Amino acid sequence: MNRSYPATISEKIMSRHCGRECRAGETVVCGVDAAMATDGSAPMAIDYFHAMGGKEVANPQNLVFALDHYAPPDNPATVALQDRIRDFTKRNGNVIYEIGAGIGHQLMIERGHVRPGMLVVGADSHSVEYGAVNAFGAGIGSSDLAAVMLTGKLWFRVPESIRVNLTGKLRDGLDSKDIALEINRVLDPKDASYRTLEFTGEGARSLTFEERMILSNMSTDAGAKAGIFEADEKTAAYLGMSVDEMETVSADANAVYAKTLEIDLDTLTPKLARPPVGGAAAEIVDLGDDEGTAVDMVYLGTCTGGRKSDLENALRILQAGGGKAPGVQLLVTPASDRVYGDMASNGLLAEFLKFGALMMTPGCGSCCGTCGAIPGDGKVVLSAANRNFTGRMGNPKARVYLASPEACAAAAVAGRITDPRKFLS
Amino acid sequence: MSDSAGTSLDKDCAVSGRARLLGDDVNTDYIISSRRKRVTIDADELRAYLLEDYDKALGESVVAGDVFVAGTNFGCGSAMEVAVTVVRAAGVSCVLAKSFARAYYRNAINNGLMPVICDTAGIDEGDEVRVFVDQGRLTVRNVSKNTEIDGGSLSPIMLDILQAGGLTPYLREHGDFVGIT
Repeated sequence: MNRSYPATISEKIMSRHCGRECRAGETVVCGVDAAMATDGSAPMAIDYFHAMGGKEVANPQNLVFALDHYAPPDNPATVALQDRIRDFTKRNGNVIYEIGAGIGHQLMIERGHVRPGMLVVGADSHSVEYGAVNAFGAGIGSSDLAAVMLTGKLWFRVPESIRVNLTGKLRDGLDSKDIALEINRVLDPKDASYRTLEFTGEGARSLTFEERMILSNMSTDAGAKAGIFEADEKTAAYLGMSVDEMETVSADANAVYAKTLEIDLDTLTPKLARPPVGGAAAEIVDLGDDEGTAVDMVYLGTCTGGRKSDLENALRILQAGGGKAPGVQLLVTPASDRVYGDMASNGLLAEFLKFGALMMTPGCGSCCGTCGAIPGDGKVVLSAANRNFTGRMGNPKARVYLASPEACAAAAVAGRITDPRKFLS
Repeated sequence: MSDSAGTSLDKDCAVSGRARLLGDDVNTDYIISSRRKRVTIDADELRAYLLEDYDKALGESVVAGDVFVAGTNFGCGSAMEVAVTVVRAAGVSCVLAKSFARAYYRNAINNGLMPVICDTAGIDEGDEVRVFVDQGRLTVRNVSKNTEIDGGSLSPIMLDILQAGGLTPYLREHGDFVGIT
């Protein structure tokens, strides 16, 4: 599309999907390339769809259901909610990922439902993760998802963007999670609200694809509407495409940004989100500030800490420290069955089991307290997940801290919050 | 699933009610815990657990006609829509906040819960507040304090959906998004 003015990635993707040149602030109706709902949001979306008079799903093959929040379910009422999704899918020819396949966001990317330049929505706030693919990914509610099921379209306000310029390179023992927490710390949620974070700079290009997924995912926790990276050879490799096959979207050199955020990876230090606020207003500190806090449970998993590289990074610290401290419960949820299979074939699984890890079914696991192990009253958890408000992980009387998989592993080794760099020579 | 229960929207979308105060960063899990919705998504059943992890007493004391008055970033966290339908089931038809998380804002409009972005600092618990809509422009009148607060404006599509009573009646009527080029 020939443009009459310079544009951000968001403006370009929205223009491509609304059929005309549009810019930040306008209201547009866009065609949606793919949509995802989980067992947490799909039953309600199905209700709305029927209430709207829906008979047939527009683009049924582009609608993906993931049974990940209740994997596995622990009571008949939850099974019944999942059965409604199975029945609907059978009648309408949608894609369904069963219990144990993994987290919807991971599957959307890993199984090729998201490609560069696409506009993809999901009835789950962490659908912003698709931005790692150079797609516009946004989280929506069940009623908006039903509208997409009905019409194949959705209305949007074209967002302004914040340019997040990453300079330098992550140092040993530091993790993409530390960058995400740092962005959350420095970015005022008032600035982020309704806006896209567009990641750029040598630091962004130096990140692995899985590291980018973490930053895109946690854009919503900083209060943003989307979090998009440019596509490159790393994107292509993860998606199993060639660079030439990708319809990459880049911002114009003189595109207008609401704000620029500079993050220097060279000087970044390990970060920690303290309970209990969570989200965009979370209290984020240097991990060193809370060093020594005793930890009862360590959680590795979720859409921000359950991929192969996250687990490898954690294992490296566990091995260097000689295993976990007695009394610490170490929970591991692989992000997908493919990740679990890789763990089994490359020896990672045997190592985790040797260290006494409790392996859980691929899916959302203990992250939101809807399945899997929950912490006890008064217990302290260090988690590689993305949220830690009161009641997250299923018990309002537990205290959940967030940090990198490396810091989680270091806490498992020491039984207390510890700088992971201490275990690296 | 939301229906018309408890709404006090008249044809001009004017709302009148008693202010019930909440703070900053009230996330959707504080409005209704995710551990409840795995058993039921019926808003009338979930109503019993409104605000249970945040302020149980407040949740229990909410009555039809109350208006939620919050600080910044209302409805942050999960995009789960029961956090809107449960508020509607409690009879609340309007939320005033300094700012909203965007998924909550959209979900609110889609379920006929009017979200108003305004400076809520001067509103006290129990104040009588009214919201007036004039061609998309919102004004909040604090009747108890005899003050008026600018409530910004709703875009035409948002106003259309809200005035239809939510996205379900809107799409039942139109079958598609209309009036946007």
